[in-house]
Amino acid sequence: MLLLHCPNCGPRNAGEFRFGGEVNPRPANPTATSDADWAHYLYMRPNPLGVQKEWWFHRAGCGLWFLAERHTGNNQVLKTYLPTT
Amino acid sequence: MSLRLLRQAFDESPPPRMWRSHPIEKHYDVVIIGGGAHGLATAYYLAKNHGITDVAVIEKSYIGSGGSGRNTAIVRSNYLTPEGVKFYDESVKLYEELSDDLDFNVMFSQRGHLTLAHNDGSVRTMRRRAEVNRLQGVNSRVIFPDEIAKLCPHLDLSDHPRYPILAALYHPPGGIIRHDAVVWGFARESDTRGVHIHQQTEVTGIRVRNNRVEGVETNRGFIGAGQVLNATAGWGSIIAAMAGVMLPMTTFPLQACVTEPLKPFLDVVVVSGSLHVYVSQSDRGELVMGASVDPMASYSMNGSLAFLEEISAHMLELFPCLSQVRVLRQWAGLCEMPPDYSPIMGLTPVEGFLIDTGWGTYGFKASPICGKTLAELIATRKTPELIAPFRLSRFAEDDLVGEKGAASVGH
Repeated sequence: MLLLHCPNCGPRNAGEFRFGGEVNPRPANPTATSDADWAHYLYMRPNPLGVQKEWWFHRAGCGLWFLAERHTGNNQVLKTYLPTT
Repeated sequence: MSLRLLRQAFDESPPPRMWRSHPIEKHYDVVIIGGGAHGLATAYYLAKNHGITDVAVIEKSYIGSGGSGRNTAIVRSNYLTPEGVKFYDESVKLYEELSDDLDFNVMFSQRGHLTLAHNDGSVRTMRRRAEVNRLQGVNSRVIFPDEIAKLCPHLDLSDHPRYPILAALYHPPGGIIRHDAVVWGFARESDTRGVHIHQQTEVTGIRVRNNRVEGVETNRGFIGAGQVLNATAGWGSIIAAMAGVMLPMTTFPLQACVTEPLKPFLDVVVVSGSLHVYVSQSDRGELVMGASVDPMASYSMNGSLAFLEEISAHMLELFPCLSQVRVLRQWAGLCEMPPDYSPIMGLTPVEGFLIDTGWGTYGFKASPICGKTLAELIATRKTPELIAPFRLSRFAEDDLVGEKGAASVGH
């Protein structure tokens, strides 16, 4: 992966971005979540070999946090988009 | 060992095969997934210390083709937590005896290990590591540029670089070893004791019934097993998921490279945390250099130009004299990073399914002690005290072993 498509700025050098990790939704009801479920949310990761939904940050650009779908076997990015869409 | 060398020197017949290949049996007491230094060491100590020889080591490629053949072969025990220091120190002690133990020269060279500090924060961490090490009986101390210059005169110790060298943690027992020889030695000695090594055999599934492991599915058929050990590096999450176990790790590639051979000039192993680089000179004269993990999670082992640019720039900050030296090749290995930079080993919620994972960037140096303690766990079903801090349940119990300060730069 040499280029990443920022939803704001278009295709940019991958070095401008920072990887933000797998998408990991926070428990919906914090007070009703057990300690075990919190530990699971904090630490456990599927770490898949395949298409992964993940966060990226355009650090040396517009400062946008956005989502990408990337294959972790060959680093091919299928699409990038804003979290709201 | 020396006598065997002498005998072979006068014997013109080809040396005997190091290990054999066997037909796969229907069932083994213990199946070890992953034919690297960890898996083979476990098989070796199972056979040697516990008399358990109904063991199969299953490797999807050839033995030593994963992390065991891709690391930069550095061995040390100057960690940050008492748990870590104790554990890795046992490993160094086993490595010291390994050539005799395996009757195979693993070329362990305890040439000394320097971790450079380029700012006040790092100097403080080095002091803390030195104290923790000393309390555990490990030889480490903080030294300053005058002494660094004697150990490594080619380092740029002036105040010119962007990150001038202020001090270093000096760890004399640290050094490098021939990593292939470690794999081959463990393989040969396991083989002679009756362990089966199955190469080109890929695990495609793990059969679990009533929360108890029954065996592994492979591309060469089903193999029944009393206990299964997941000793893969980088692929640990995928293998564990086959048994329904989720692990707290993310897999990142780590790249390394080697230069053309030079006359011997670098006696010690030099590591810089701030510059994300570590270097040693191999017995062939090549400089073996590695970086920290790549900036994004991936299972791809492709090299990148960005890595080469970065490591070259950082190496030249440390050793300006290397500006005309050419890089011969670069490669990558997979590192599964746990959140606290300590391994995850031992029992899992699935009975009979054990893990030896989360070895991030520091797995090779732990191979013998890992094999020894896991063999004890498999044989006695009791977790040895030395590896109890690294259990999987520590994450739910909020009892992490924070090693980031000593392990985050690969080594």
